[in-house]
Amino acid sequence: MHIVVCIKQVPDSAQIRVHPVTNTIMRQGVPTIINPYDLFALEAALELRDQFGGEVTVLTMGPPSAEDSLRKALTFGADRAVLLTDRFFAGADTLATTYALATAIRKISTEFGAPDLVFTGKQTIDGDTAQVGPGIAKRLGLLQLTYVAKISALDLTARTIDAERRSEGGVQLLRTRLPCLVTMLEATNQIRRGAMADALRAARAPIVKWSAQDAGVEDISKCGLRGSPTIVKRVFAPVARSEKAELIEGGEQPAEALIDAILKRQPALETELAALARGY
Amino acid sequence: MGTAPKTAAPAAGRAATKKELPEHFKAYKHVWVFIEQERGQVHPVSWELMGAGRKLADKLKVDLAAVVIGPEGEATQSAAAESFCYGADLVYMVADHLLADYRNESYTKALTDVVNTYKPEILLLGATTLGRDLAGSVATTLLTGLTADCTELDVDADGSLAATRPTFGGSLLCTIYTLNYRPQMATVRPRVMPMPERVVRPVGRVVNHPLGLVEDDIVTKVLSFLPDRDSAKSNLAYADVVVAGGLGLGSPENFQLVRQLATVLGAEYGCSRPLVQKGWVTSDRQIGQTGKTIRPKLYIAAGISGAIQHRVGVEGADLIVAINTDRNAPIFDFAHMGIVTDAIRLLPALTAAFRARLSPHSRDRIAS
Ligand SMILES: Cc1cc2nc3c(=O)[nH]c(=O)nc-3n(C[C@H](O)[C@H](O)[C@H](O)COP(=O)(O)OP(=O)(O)OC[C@H]3O[C@@H](n4cnc5c(N)ncnc54)[C@H](O)[C@@H]3O)c2cc1C
Ligand SMILES: Cc1cc2nc3c(=O)[nH]c(=O)nc-3n(C[C@H](O)[C@H](O)[C@H](O)COP(=O)(O)OP(=O)(O)OC[C@H]3O[C@@H](n4cnc5c(N)ncnc54)[C@H](O)[C@@H]3O)c2cc1C
Repeated sequence: MHIVVCIKQVPDSAQIRVHPVTNTIMRQGVPTIINPYDLFALEAALELRDQFGGEVTVLTMGPPSAEDSLRKALTFGADRAVLLTDRFFAGADTLATTYALATAIRKISTEFGAPDLVFTGKQTIDGDTAQVGPGIAKRLGLLQLTYVAKISALDLTARTIDAERRSEGGVQLLRTRLPCLVTMLEATNQIRRGAMADALRAARAPIVKWSAQDAGVEDISKCGLRGSPTIVKRVFAPVARSEKAELIEGGEQPAEALIDAILKRQPALETELAALARGY
Repeated sequence: MGTAPKTAAPAAGRAATKKELPEHFKAYKHVWVFIEQERGQVHPVSWELMGAGRKLADKLKVDLAAVVIGPEGEATQSAAAESFCYGADLVYMVADHLLADYRNESYTKALTDVVNTYKPEILLLGATTLGRDLAGSVATTLLTGLTADCTELDVDADGSLAATRPTFGGSLLCTIYTLNYRPQMATVRPRVMPMPERVVRPVGRVVNHPLGLVEDDIVTKVLSFLPDRDSAKSNLAYADVVVAGGLGLGSPENFQLVRQLATVLGAEYGCSRPLVQKGWVTSDRQIGQTGKTIRPKLYIAAGISGAIQHRVGVEGADLIVAINTDRNAPIFDFAHMGIVTDAIRLLPALTAAFRARLSPHSRDRIAS
């Protein structure tokens, strides 16, 4: 079995700082991490490989420095890593991103064997669109299972997969055919710590690096900024609320004082709260 | 969220360039909203989008259409009828028993076919699990742009959709355009747009469109559906009153104080993200950028610092009340009202005081 896992290197956004005057993002020195959701996808893929045998290939599109994330994925136990890097890919929206990634997966397919499964994370923590998974699936003509909490069965002979998919009001148990694309939800199981052997192997493992041309991109105008139907017209800071919070001085009976202040400000709440409270 | 620009910085990398809209896209007209229904229930985000869509359509002087996709039968008919009450000028309907359950293949085909046949300029969907699954597939099939999780939708002077969304964890906003492709697609999360008023109106024009599939064409099968247990189901996003706790509560035991106050108020309870990460509270209770957006009439936040990622999920609340020991906590920058005190002591007092004030007989009921 061959599984391709798409991972994205993202800024550790907890640490992103915005320049107070120019409103631009200060990227310098911001550490990068593997998108957290992609680790759940990688873990799910590694578990399936360990159970059914086969190989896991990790794929990322990004700047040359994204190699760090791939190496990390190798230490977790991935068998092969592919870095798709080219200045033509810069500035891609999700449509251009899926063009590049789908092209690379076709190339992976001819070079290293057709994947039975393609995994992605549910979404990233920077772009945060959750659009790349469905986009890759559509471009490769794969069936898609999104928001998967659990893969409950895989039958490599019948070529079927059963998965629990989170939907708004419950969980759908779906069965579909391989090959398919799965976007993984956060799971409770933590990502494995790489075994020492994996760490040693990862440090030495070659990382396959492809430019747009290497990956088999036929139409460069479908990549990066040029291939993106969406454009960001402006970036700006949300306006701060002009008034500060009214601070209640608690005194002897802070709870009563606070309730009085709440109801003074929103008198209608009294009857509504009484009605709600009766409902419990 | 206030969105007036303080200073507009040029967008790095993906700068705007307006070319002439290609000729074959000029026929694309009107604003559409995808009406999401699952198991006979329309997701309220669809009506919220109808409210936003109505404004866009009026500004563009075009029609607002609802796209209703679902199984033949009463639920789908009534979703169509309701669409008129929320402002639709007409409804496009694909009704087929194969659409009883949401499946990506059949719904993508239905929506893509209607778009290709009737050509809308704007198509809005809810950023739910269903909406995002569908929007990503449809946009890729149509090779058009899709802007995710918008917090504000507008049309500018030349009629283009200006879709504004938070970026970098909500610390900045950006306005995204799909200038040279049609339709211009966008998703919006539940509760981000206000619920429009429902006005009783007669059923108008309904355009039926065939699905054109047989069951054998659809590979994916639904083996079963396990609805969330009622007790587990939270109505957090749509609650009128929400009480939430954060790391300042110090322990999972103290989080009970939040639940107790919520119970007395008939409210839903929620939390900040670290409590989910620590496993104190389940993830469906998380409020904020990567959790639920809420718009209650009253939001009480105890021991929550008010990080930007939390803020973007609560700013639609009518009245935000913060309880925090640190008078410099950022939550006081956007709360309407606050009290600088120990939440662990105040919460039980609030619970008792609210109980006494709201329902004099409640103590008897609790005892029984
Ligand atoms: C603040 C911001 C807002 C944006 N808004 C939009 C928007 O509204 N519409 C739009 O079309 N584009 C948008 N973009 C551009 C978009 O982020 C990029 O196209 C990006 O390459 C992929 O989208 P994502 O990060 O949202 O991924 P998601 O769709 O959230 O990612 C889902 C999964 O796809 C895989 N994946 C994603 N990117 C890669 C990659 N480079 N290499 C390997 N695997 C990957 C990962 O497994 C990931 O978990 C935005 C970017 C930023 C920074
Ligand atoms: C990509 C990304 C997405 C995120 N998404 C979300 C999200 O959706 N929702 C979210 O909430 N966060 C989110 N976060 C996390 C966010 O940045 C903050 O870390 C988080 O909101 C802080 O939680 P907190 O306020 O509970 O904890 P803290 O920031 O630690 O604040 C605790 C507060 O409690 C106060 N306090 C301490 N003791 C007491 C007491 N006895 N009584 C009263 N007050 C007390 C302290 O003064 C402090 O203000 C996200 C972060 C990232 C990077």
